[in-house]
Amino acid sequence: MTIALPVTEVTSKLNKELDAGIIDAKDNTILVKSGSLKELISFLKNTPGLDFDYLTDITSVDYWDYFELVYQLTSIKNNHKLTVKTRLAGRENITASSIVSIYKGADLQEREIHDLMGITFEGHPNMKPLILWEGFKGYPLRKDYL
Amino acid sequence: MEIEPVDVSKVCIFPDQGVDRIEGEAIEALKSSCGVPYPDKTEWLTEQAGKGSLLLTTVDAMLSWARRASLWPVICFPACCAFEFVTAEASRFDMSRFGMEIVRASPRQADLLITAGTLTWKMAPQVKRIYDQMAEPKWVIAMGSCGISGGIFQSSYNVVPGYRCLFPVDVYVPGCPPRPEALIYGIQMLHKKISKGTLKQG
Amino acid sequence: MTLHTESFILNIGPSHPSTHGVFRMKATLEGEVLMDLEPVFGYLHRGIEKLCEERTYIGIFPLTDRLDYIASMSNNMAFAMSAEKLAGIKVPERAEYIRVIMAELQRIASHLVSVGSFLNDCGAFMTPFLYCLREREKILDLFDMVSGQRLTYNYVRIGGVNADLPDEFLPALNFFIEQMPLYVDEYDRLLKENEILLARTKGVGILPREMAINASTAGPVLRGSGVKWDLRKNDPYSVYDRFEFNVPTGENGDTYDRYRVRIEEIRESVKILKQAAAQIPAGPVMAPGLPRLIRLPIGEGYGSIEGPKGELGFYIVSDGSIAPYRCRIRAPSFLNLTALREMTIGWKIADAIITFGSIDICMGEVDR
Repeated sequence: MTIALPVTEVTSKLNKELDAGIIDAKDNTILVKSGSLKELISFLKNTPGLDFDYLTDITSVDYWDYFELVYQLTSIKNNHKLTVKTRLAGRENITASSIVSIYKGADLQEREIHDLMGITFEGHPNMKPLILWEGFKGYPLRKDYL
Repeated sequence: MEIEPVDVSKVCIFPDQGVDRIEGEAIEALKSSCGVPYPDKTEWLTEQAGKGSLLLTTVDAMLSWARRASLWPVICFPACCAFEFVTAEASRFDMSRFGMEIVRASPRQADLLITAGTLTWKMAPQVKRIYDQMAEPKWVIAMGSCGISGGIFQSSYNVVPGYRCLFPVDVYVPGCPPRPEALIYGIQMLHKKISKGTLKQG
Repeated sequence: MTLHTESFILNIGPSHPSTHGVFRMKATLEGEVLMDLEPVFGYLHRGIEKLCEERTYIGIFPLTDRLDYIASMSNNMAFAMSAEKLAGIKVPERAEYIRVIMAELQRIASHLVSVGSFLNDCGAFMTPFLYCLREREKILDLFDMVSGQRLTYNYVRIGGVNADLPDEFLPALNFFIEQMPLYVDEYDRLLKENEILLARTKGVGILPREMAINASTAGPVLRGSGVKWDLRKNDPYSVYDRFEFNVPTGENGDTYDRYRVRIEEIRESVKILKQAAAQIPAGPVMAPGLPRLIRLPIGEGYGSIEGPKGELGFYIVSDGSIAPYRCRIRAPSFLNLTALREMTIGWKIADAIITFGSIDICMGEVDR
């Protein structure tokens, strides 16, 4: 049975600077500042005992004041899972850091989010339109499109 | 004898970004130029067979028999209806008894376009190209509700409301997806239409 | 004397006999050897995620049917399970057993199509494909009996299933369960030790174990690389913990292993069907007291199942109204394509086409 890992297991192992980046941690979800997202995910992957080696899903949601990115992580080795969220404020020129160097599975998903929601990922090697064509105006999945 | 590898970026005719930009421009141009959908010609439903000149009736009959007994479809398989088309070609609902056994990959060798799936604006220039490359006489069957009017996805930003926005359609087969028996009934209607054709119509 | 050569970019697709659907590959070639491969999709992007925000929950089921149109029952089931998890709805037992029977029948049908078209790509022009479609017709007759449709069923609902099984279903299912292993043996007799198949697929398109996990692949692609990860065993949902079955895995991660994993999964599915048909209880098929225009409580949640192509998941964000606020679809075919480039570079075009066929994608899912 894949256990939804309680966040206390993770927060007890964090060092001070990663701890400063965490806004909220309850049940199975950690909400983290967008600046320290990449370090936290790298920590989750490489720490023995946590070993989150499989990225299940990246989702982006448009709440009118901010965008939220939700990462679902699973550990095949230890059979547990965790959710990491981050929030990006504003509507124009939104950027987040890309985790392609940690998980290759994030490659196509980040390109799709850029296409449909307009969030640019810094550090992604190939940020071209994937699903829509070059020259498409607007970001369809946003709440203010059509 | 040695082969020296060449740097791709210096030699290619289109650099990579160029291909995507050209494709994007073609899609936007087609989208803005598609105005009124092509009207349906329904006179053939009530007209008599052998309407042409008396001298050519036997030739007409032979020609229309030859054309309708060996319609070769072209591959145009966007979405789910493709699967019912493939099943209609398979051994249970055998379409090769109508002469349609071979599905040609090249549009130059085909005369029937069965549009099996939803048409999106990104795919539209390619389908238009396939239709333009087919030689006369050619016929089109719009299969499924996505082919008729956009179907269940009609209000989406990327879906074309029906294939008749691009080219004239001869027979509509409703269903989502239509059963193979329904598709075969549609093909038989097309055979009836072809049998009323004359040498002059081509 | 040196021979001057050039690389050139060849466009494979989007309308091509071997790309399963409208999929385009920009291949940079030196002679016949692939130097680089860039997949381009979006030719079937119908905006399903945006349409989900405008429909009620019950109106989303026909849209989920058309995602992976070869395995519609599994798609319906995944969405229903995510919504039930969010709302805390308990499904009656008979409905759970019916869902498992439908899901396993659907898995067999999907693997038959996948194996048939993979062998078609290998060069056995139509013979195995027609054999596989012959069996698939028997399964589609069973689905026709239950839901009235052959391809997109719209049968599983939130809280159970749409209607109870007709009386003639279980005898027909038992007859099918007895016949199916004989057909799989027939395929093995023809193909398992076939020299041409072994020469074309053994050692071709290898996906190493570490890369398979890192690239978020799932389903037979992941299991073919030797990772024993199946949501029906590792994270059992519905009533899968009551059945006994094995999870087949491959060793090398090449195309032959993925093909063998699918054939063995057909056998395991028949085992599950036998047990489910014997254990199915009587009772209602829909949770009592659910309104037609259902509203889920405010919150968000992720639910997933093991579909034929991999892990299919739905992330639903609900704000208490009759339509979801955001419905994200985790499509297995989309993520299995991440590793395509690494699997095919350095091989010839013919090997690339076979490798692509063995990943088994369905464009409705990739583009959504």
